[in-house]
Amino acid sequence: MTPAIEVRDLVKRYRKGTTNAVDGVTFDVEPGQFFALLGPNGAGKTTTIAILTTTLTPTSGTVRISGHDVLREASMVRNQVGIIFQNPSLDMNLTGEENVRIHAILYHLYPYRPLYRLMPGAYRHQLRELADVVGLGADVFKPVKRLSGGMQRKLEIIRGLMHHPRVLFLDEPTSGLDTVSRRNLWQYIGELRRRHDITICLTTHQLNEAEEADRVCILDHGHVVALGTPRDVKGQLVHDRLYLDADDRAALRRRLLEMKVSFNEEGAFVVDLDGLTAHQVIRAIDEPLTMLRTESPTLEDAYLRILAAGDA
Amino acid sequence: MRDMNAVAAIAGRDLLKFIRDPGRLVAAVVFPFAMIFLLGGTLQLNLGNAAGFNFIGFTFTGFLGMTLFQSTAQGLTSLMDDRHNDFAQELFVSPVSRYSIVFGKILGETAVAVAQVLPFVVFAVILRVPLTPTHIALLVPVALLSCFMGGAFGLLLLNTMSDSRASNQIFNFVFLPQYFLAGLIAPITHLPWYLAALSLISPMRYVIDLTRGVVFAGSAEYSRVVLAAPLTNVGVLVLMFAVFMIAGTTLFVRRETNR
Repeated sequence: MTPAIEVRDLVKRYRKGTTNAVDGVTFDVEPGQFFALLGPNGAGKTTTIAILTTTLTPTSGTVRISGHDVLREASMVRNQVGIIFQNPSLDMNLTGEENVRIHAILYHLYPYRPLYRLMPGAYRHQLRELADVVGLGADVFKPVKRLSGGMQRKLEIIRGLMHHPRVLFLDEPTSGLDTVSRRNLWQYIGELRRRHDITICLTTHQLNEAEEADRVCILDHGHVVALGTPRDVKGQLVHDRLYLDADDRAALRRRLLEMKVSFNEEGAFVVDLDGLTAHQVIRAIDEPLTMLRTESPTLEDAYLRILAAGDA
Repeated sequence: MRDMNAVAAIAGRDLLKFIRDPGRLVAAVVFPFAMIFLLGGTLQLNLGNAAGFNFIGFTFTGFLGMTLFQSTAQGLTSLMDDRHNDFAQELFVSPVSRYSIVFGKILGETAVAVAQVLPFVVFAVILRVPLTPTHIALLVPVALLSCFMGGAFGLLLLNTMSDSRASNQIFNFVFLPQYFLAGLIAPITHLPWYLAALSLISPMRYVIDLTRGVVFAGSAEYSRVVLAAPLTNVGVLVLMFAVFMIAGTTLFVRRETNR
């Protein structure tokens, strides 16, 4: 099957740059997958997205979207992709609806009409439906400059979803959104994926949003430093942990040392379950426990570990 | 063909922004009043008899051509504003050809420039500049050609600018000399050879001269006011438009994607 996104040895050096912003990045995304591109500021995420969406040319390497080369078949690629930008890209002199209308016409969804009431009923229905989904409602008809930052973000999301793209790039889509709007957005995106088999490529600093991804790619200084399912990435670097404590702490410490498990004392005893199950550890302990708790690592734990290793 | 809707949407956006900008609307009325009534009227009273032609008509045609040309050229710099406030991303990631985007911008700024010169025509009629319906009908294609020329020229200039400050400096540097080299206010029938050479490469000269060629056609003043036959001016403008448009669009697209 042709990958939705195919990136091979991608390199980008800006004209005035002294180092590569993206330096030999390679990854694939299968159709319908939810893919998360993670990394600290300056890691090369936005540059990669700009190349994938044809707004920036690569220095070298190849990029294909649904089999179409971003350089040679840019127009085909643009038909397939949608993007919600990291920085606001709205025309502040227009209303929200006028911004959305221009987008819909640029994507050949509807013919140009100078007024909202002259636009086809399908457009007006779609606009109102999306405005309700993100919680913007009738505010979509207000001038953009009178909308708050969060409302402008919602407007950009409406715009990005208008044309049902095959591959949707979400560059920090929920920054500036409140909790309810964020949850509604993810619910809608989940529904879109189920209904239309859309491939999602997300960049975010909210690592809990990437936990649901099928695959994650962590970039640092333009390089891929981790690639795989969230479980794989977490499993390679951090393990489940078991928190224990007892009134007789000396006896518990002795027991753990006899078992030759890796542990440290952060108030309670924290056992690193590397290849072990919590059950195996507990079964070998006779001392009465005053505390027992397991903790699974988050993607954020793995992410911080990877970046710390890179800095070291 | 599908891009025609996109062209219309991009053009409509510029016209809408103009209509919603009270400052620009007021300027569109005050500027022609100041230029034709005050400047043209003063020149006519003091120099009209000596020059042997109507200075109000001369000033009207000069500022009409200049406004059409310069307004469209300056309007194209809004592409730079779009780049800075990131709206350009929205345009450039869409499945619309870059040529359509540029054409839409030129068409939109043409509509704005034409709207801006309507008060000029009204003031000219009030001040008894001899404008017949035929003149006005002939001025329509002249206005479109002048605006397209301004758009192509503005597009070429856009590639030399990095921000709004640079834009103001470059526009002053490029347009101010043309006011004199194109004969905006004063005739340029007699110029030293080096200024005559500069005048010949000034696009505004051909725009203004074409406008005067249409308005003064058939009048006794024609030979004292008009420098070249209208068809010659049209030929030069079409050639310049083609060169500026191809070079400007190519440079602009390359600059947008190859940062």
